[in-house]
Amino acid sequence: MPEELSSPDSSSSTATVDSPASDAPVVQFEDVSIGFGGKPVLQEISFSVERGQTLVLLGPAGCGKSVLLKLANGLLKSDSGTIRVFGEEIDKLRRRELYALRARIGMVFQESALFDSLDVEDNVAYRLHEEQVPEAEAHARVVEALKFVELEAAIDKFPSELSGGMRRRVSIARAIISNPDLILYDSPTGGLDPITSTTIIELVMKQRDVWHTTSLVVTHRLQDAFILAANRFDPATGGMKHLPKDGPDHGIDEGMKFLLLNEGKIVFHGTTEELVRSDDPWVKRYLE
Amino acid sequence: MSILSPDVFIKKQIAAVQEYSILSGRAIADIFSRPRYWADIFTQMDSIGVGSLPIIILSGFFTGCVLALQSVTALKEFGAVSMTGSLVALSMVKELGPVLTGLMVSGRNAAGMASELGSMKVTEQIDAMRALGTDPIRKLVTPRLIATVFMLFFLTIIADFSGIVGGTLVAVNMLGLNASSYLHSSYSSLVHGDIVQGLTKPIFSGFIIATVGCFFGMRTTGGTQGVGRATTQAVVVSSVFIIIVDFIVTRLMIGIFGS
Repeated sequence: MPEELSSPDSSSSTATVDSPASDAPVVQFEDVSIGFGGKPVLQEISFSVERGQTLVLLGPAGCGKSVLLKLANGLLKSDSGTIRVFGEEIDKLRRRELYALRARIGMVFQESALFDSLDVEDNVAYRLHEEQVPEAEAHARVVEALKFVELEAAIDKFPSELSGGMRRRVSIARAIISNPDLILYDSPTGGLDPITSTTIIELVMKQRDVWHTTSLVVTHRLQDAFILAANRFDPATGGMKHLPKDGPDHGIDEGMKFLLLNEGKIVFHGTTEELVRSDDPWVKRYLE
Repeated sequence: MSILSPDVFIKKQIAAVQEYSILSGRAIADIFSRPRYWADIFTQMDSIGVGSLPIIILSGFFTGCVLALQSVTALKEFGAVSMTGSLVALSMVKELGPVLTGLMVSGRNAAGMASELGSMKVTEQIDAMRALGTDPIRKLVTPRLIATVFMLFFLTIIADFSGIVGGTLVAVNMLGLNASSYLHSSYSSLVHGDIVQGLTKPIFSGFIIATVGCFFGMRTTGGTQGVGRATTQAVVVSSVFIIIVDFIVTRLMIGIFGS
């Protein structure tokens, strides 16, 4: 059931969410299940994401990846189990506390979900306007965020005037404007051509390597996941470069983890190396 | 389209009533706490109030005209043509003004709200709003609720006035009645209870239009087809609710004021 029409009101409650201990997982799922119309979508999902870690959620279409991401942001409520974000059990948070928690989370939606009645500047500055940041400061931060996604020239355009890739980049700028502690990417390359997809993945990588933001990346494109695992952002060139095979990471970012879902259940959870060496027949078939 | 069993159908309807009640309750509760989106409230007031002005003036005016024409024909048989002004004024102020205004604004704005919010819902803009830390009920529903209730009150007054003017013009210019006695009859027939009754109804109608329009918009599913369905449902349900609530309020007012 959507959180909007189900969680208790708390107009009078305080809107603060305490920071968790620095060693606590940023996201923690414990036996989480959810279904729609009697049909289970996710069943007893348990995993955690540590601070600064990037977790790539892989799986065939309709396996519940986006639902899992929405659960992590409190946009949906689980039927059972416990979800902790920044140490807070989000299903037990009051409405105001949940909105305060979301201020620390950035989310990039599958179809960008830009506000079509607002121009790019107002879309990116949406959160700043809500926080009543002075106009001059908000403008400066929007320009900075748009520079990050290399789209500062589109500041006064409306979403309908942008291509799919540009909209996705604006969506990323909107998600990172407030320097969130956690970013949720819901199929950021879905429906894009390979070149634009690589540009978007490069932005995800840039955010990961420059700001070390904890991220959950949903994708059904294996190549996106492996590009993220085998490359890092190079500030000197402003692009990505392969991790050296003779380096300490042996050519793979060990801080990155994979979670494979199939029919609402976890099939695999581990590092890139563990994934490619997995003996599980389904995982092998999926990787082929 | 699959056929639902009676128990599933009833459960769905009860769940819908529950969701509607929660949405309405929260929209009302959000009026009394911060933050308040004044810019959105004024934008909605302009869209609902100023935007509906032409149709309200025209529908009120011509309803008054028709009422005068029809009532003269009937009153002639009883030799009570002089009561035309009274009949038009009472009908407009107590019943036709509030109900017609409610129905016209429902057709225009409940549909607009359902389609706007429905489009936002199916393109995940409402989810994005929530993900960005904004409560969509506070940002989208409460401003529409305040604006509709506030503006419908004044639109009803304008519709009543237009109707009385329309009735007067027809009575004087087409039916040859005396303007002074017509207006005197209109004025003297209206008592405090009639005005209160006529101006209580738009408060309920405004609430129904905003909450029903937003409710169907915010639960839209199924892409553009779903938006169309939500729009139709919003207009149909709000129109029927307005007429039902009109009956209930009229009965209550008769109980209070006695006529």
